[in-house]
Amino acid sequence: MSDIGPPRGTGPLARTEARLAWGLLTPTLLAVSLVVILPLLAVFWISVKPVSLADLRAPETVVREDLRGRPAAAGDEATLRYRLRNSSPTSAITGVTLTDTWPAGLSLNGALDPRCTLSETTLSCDLGDWEGGYRETLNIPVVTEQAWFDAGRDVDADPVEVDGKASFVLTNNQFTLQNFVSVFDGGEFWSVLGVTLFYTIFGTLGAMIMGLFASMLLNHSFKGQGILRGLYLFPYVAPVIAVAFAWILLFDPFSGSANALLVQMGVTDQAINFFGERPLALIMVTLFEIWRYFPLSFLFILARMQSIPTDMYEAADMDGASPFQQFWYLSLPQLLGILSVLFLLRFIWTFNKFDDIFLLTGGNAGTRVLTVNVYEQAFAVSNIGAGAAVAVVIFGCLLAFSVFFFKFMSKEEGL
Amino acid sequence: MKHLRFGYLTGPVLGVLWTFVLAVTVAVAMSFATGEAFRPSLIWSVIFGIPTGLALVWRGTALIAAGVLVGVYVVALTLGVGPVLTGNASTLARIVAALFMGIGIGWPLKVFVEELSMGALTRHEFEDAVIRTLKGFGYIFFTAIVVIPFYVMVMTSLKNQAQLMQNPLDFSIDLTQGWGLFRSYVELMTEFNFGTYMWTSFYISVLTVLITLLFAIPGAYAVARLRFRGQAAFSRSILLIYMVPMIVLALPIYIAFSMMGLRNSIVGIVMIYPVTTIPVALYMLQGYFRGLPSEVEEAGLMDGLSRLQVIWKITLPLSLPALASVSLYVFMIAWNEFLLAFMLLDDPSKFTLTRGIASLNSSEIPRQHLMAGSVIATVPIMALFLGLEKFMTKGLTAGSVKG
Repeated sequence: MSDIGPPRGTGPLARTEARLAWGLLTPTLLAVSLVVILPLLAVFWISVKPVSLADLRAPETVVREDLRGRPAAAGDEATLRYRLRNSSPTSAITGVTLTDTWPAGLSLNGALDPRCTLSETTLSCDLGDWEGGYRETLNIPVVTEQAWFDAGRDVDADPVEVDGKASFVLTNNQFTLQNFVSVFDGGEFWSVLGVTLFYTIFGTLGAMIMGLFASMLLNHSFKGQGILRGLYLFPYVAPVIAVAFAWILLFDPFSGSANALLVQMGVTDQAINFFGERPLALIMVTLFEIWRYFPLSFLFILARMQSIPTDMYEAADMDGASPFQQFWYLSLPQLLGILSVLFLLRFIWTFNKFDDIFLLTGGNAGTRVLTVNVYEQAFAVSNIGAGAAVAVVIFGCLLAFSVFFFKFMSKEEGL
Repeated sequence: MKHLRFGYLTGPVLGVLWTFVLAVTVAVAMSFATGEAFRPSLIWSVIFGIPTGLALVWRGTALIAAGVLVGVYVVALTLGVGPVLTGNASTLARIVAALFMGIGIGWPLKVFVEELSMGALTRHEFEDAVIRTLKGFGYIFFTAIVVIPFYVMVMTSLKNQAQLMQNPLDFSIDLTQGWGLFRSYVELMTEFNFGTYMWTSFYISVLTVLITLLFAIPGAYAVARLRFRGQAAFSRSILLIYMVPMIVLALPIYIAFSMMGLRNSIVGIVMIYPVTTIPVALYMLQGYFRGLPSEVEEAGLMDGLSRLQVIWKITLPLSLPALASVSLYVFMIAWNEFLLAFMLLDDPSKFTLTRGIASLNSSEIPRQHLMAGSVIATVPIMALFLGLEKFMTKGLTAGSVKG
């Protein structure tokens, strides 16, 4: 009796299906983890490392060997010279040893450096530890013999081997919290965060409100609607670098058309430096953000608007609702879902935006947002560790947003 | 608002507003087109707008209104009074401005106030008129803000530095120079290697599309159709991935590429670009696959096709429109991509178009070159977009895409 009933657990068919699914997903999973998950972990790792742009190359020993003194005949004195240096200006190399084949036809003339020993045909030296930027020249006095000229070779024909243990800052176990300290130090971080929030909140809201207006304009069909819809999407479709430079030229303080127009219309009597003055630059980059991304909100809202059944409006008309009332009590509640989803998505993406501000102002004039700060710290100040620390802060903020976001997403299906 | 609901008040108010809007529009448009001094005047707009509004509420048709107003504005502009003031503009410019003012005010305004009468108005009539006026303003406003930057971009690329400095508003072009107009474009192509950059951008974008589809189609199918443990978690985490900002990833990628010698190589770029687009493509495609009727596929399975054959022979042919919009969208992302190209490419022989434009941004290179470069980057993507606009809008809305 007990085995009657629906089968439980996973049957062979379900297992095959799951195996196929994972098979199909594996390439994507691999690629994404290689380029997203791994770098993310790397950012966390780097953020606690004292690493600057110059440390990215592991320190190496560099050696040049030559024979000084221009010996012309057998019996001439000369100096065998090794010029050695540490390629890194900051990191040390420990336990450096030098090994070289002793050139045939040269014999030692005088005292050998105490750190070196000469066996039959090999010269080996124990050079100890090198500080960052260490340089040394090793001179060995020699006398040439006839065999040297017979061989007709140069001293650097045999490669010199120099070995040492370099500790590479990205892989050693040296950790620091200095990066985070420098990020949070001073008032700068909070002003950057404030600018980021201003840019994100007003950029998102502005783009949504503009998108809402634009979609109301195009919500009824008329001749040329398709053309207008295409036109209104231009800012979003064009390469950001092209439109950013167009804006910079348009608002140039010396030869920009916008200034010329404003002066001519008597709005201002002296040129305004739109992207160079403190509060104005932030407003301008926010306006750029609104201008560039209203098409996206517009598309989503329009798609939703066109799916609202018209009989609701007819009923409202019959009941004597005025157009504003219809908008306020009918359209807006219907659009609330898409608006809230859009707000959350756009909020996060605006928060992540880098190119726009980087191209418009480079983060100057009070427009430095967190993402631009990553670049500034890592490449302008060339402190990669501090850049990564800012990136970790960004990631923390995003994590907080996404928790919030997923709570809403579960309510709002369809997006 | 109640006090405004009388035809003899609403009409003039809307008349003044619309006259001023048109005055600003015409002044800006004429300034940009001719470089001559036009400026709108609020006081004159009030003086001209009140009688216009009143008269149109009282009676008249759009045609008559436009005709009469054209006459009025020709006189006003020649006398140098009226909502649009001008200094020393040529007669032709004045007449053109008058034509625009007359038709632009008379015709739409009559349509806006058509249902109004002189006396008390119902709320419905009043709001309808207001909304129509606002919509008229909206069309002008949105078109202007979208068109002006692109107009400036194109016109600047056709001029030279001296002309631009002399009068930044003068965008009129001298057609007598013939092909000389496109001097900056020719110089970009011959001296700045923009032909190569275009080709590089093009094949990088195409490769990105192909690789993205190769990864995203099986992945999207698995997420949409197959049942496996963790499916729900998976479809959510796709979204999470495009929450990660590019600049955060760019930093370790830069370090890794520097150490592996992949910086400054097209291979490195082609490896990175698809990964940034796979999550978006996967999300868009799985939405579409879910919408396909599963019965067709089940019929295929019953008839002895394997799953992979079902994908190849049934699902993919059915989802061609979705594939087109995903491809278009991915192409657009790859073509417009700036950050990674900027960080990873230093060698001018390997630049993509966006990286090439960034290299033009220096004080030694004249601005028309910068703008010509921008036009070169913008035109292909616009052309592609306008030609396939239906796919694009559908694709963009289908998968809640990243920007």
